[in-house]
Amino acid sequence: MHELSIVASLFEILEDKAREQNARRITAVTIRVGRLSGVVPELLQSAFDMYQKGTLADGARLEVEVVPFDFRCRACGGTAFREEPGVVCAACGSKDIELVGGMDLVVERIEVEVDDT
Amino acid sequence: MTKKDVIVLKDLLGTNKRIAAEIRRELRSRGILCVNLLSSPGSGKTALLEGLADRLKGRFRMAVIEGDIETERDAERIRARGVPAWQITTGGACHLEAKMVGRVLPGVPPDVDFLFIENVGNLVCPAGYDLGESVRCVLLSSPEGDDKPQKYPQAFLSADVLVLTKSDLIPLVPFDPDKAAGEALAINPRLKVFRVSALRGEGMDELAGFFADALAKERAGRA
Repeated sequence: MHELSIVASLFEILEDKAREQNARRITAVTIRVGRLSGVVPELLQSAFDMYQKGTLADGARLEVEVVPFDFRCRACGGTAFREEPGVVCAACGSKDIELVGGMDLVVERIEVEVDDT
Repeated sequence: MTKKDVIVLKDLLGTNKRIAAEIRRELRSRGILCVNLLSSPGSGKTALLEGLADRLKGRFRMAVIEGDIETERDAERIRARGVPAWQITTGGACHLEAKMVGRVLPGVPPDVDFLFIENVGNLVCPAGYDLGESVRCVLLSSPEGDDKPQKYPQAFLSADVLVLTKSDLIPLVPFDPDKAAGEALAINPRLKVFRVSALRGEGMDELAGFFADALAKERAGRA
């Protein structure tokens, strides 16, 4: 529900990067969204479409890569799990699980247009 | 005109995480235990703080930061208990961010023991924003239903403490506190669970005692 404030931080990063690269325009943006990040890709897309007007990224396409959970078992160190519900270590059955991935919200890469030199 | 790919690899919440880490460092160095309270609107965060204020007073000093979309009402309720309180009105934003807390922090008296932050009432968005707290506390009130932990996993997953509130209403509503706790523990087995009624006082001494212990542990860890 706070996709617009996420997109506002995204544009701060995009503007910095575009300046650093002397980019004329940003034509594509790829971000990685963890399944537990609390961010909904569809809403992010709408917020992006709304925000991009009049910016360097006007007309850019947004690609969202959704990444699954990643866990580690605190009891045995195992990393294979089943959901039943709640998450249980597939090796030892422990429920004492540490979340080590799936909360990411990362700008992966952008595609920019630069003047020919 | 040439097109080229540029690797960025920047965390979208990076700025918030950096500010939160600075707040955590500062509060720890001042020996203040910071607690972030998360829940739906109306599950009793302010009433819980009023009850804690009554139980901690005399032994400890507390301060409160209130987050709401509009009005100064919650801060006024807390001040009426003799506790300094700051109201952050987000004007629409669904969660508090570390920079908002950072702006208030210089006004917090240096000799307080506890800084409670009451987040904007919302069981979803505040979970993604670290405010620099040492203890994250999620509240679930009996009228909301015992099926919420699995429906809103992020808040329960990221919390240290679960407080089941409004226990005085349990006889009147279809709410099984063991089921609610069980669902939350299945997501996060490290949760410490309390059952309280801020209105009647049930469980409030235990909760105040837990925070007093957490403060002592935090200060021991610093020394």
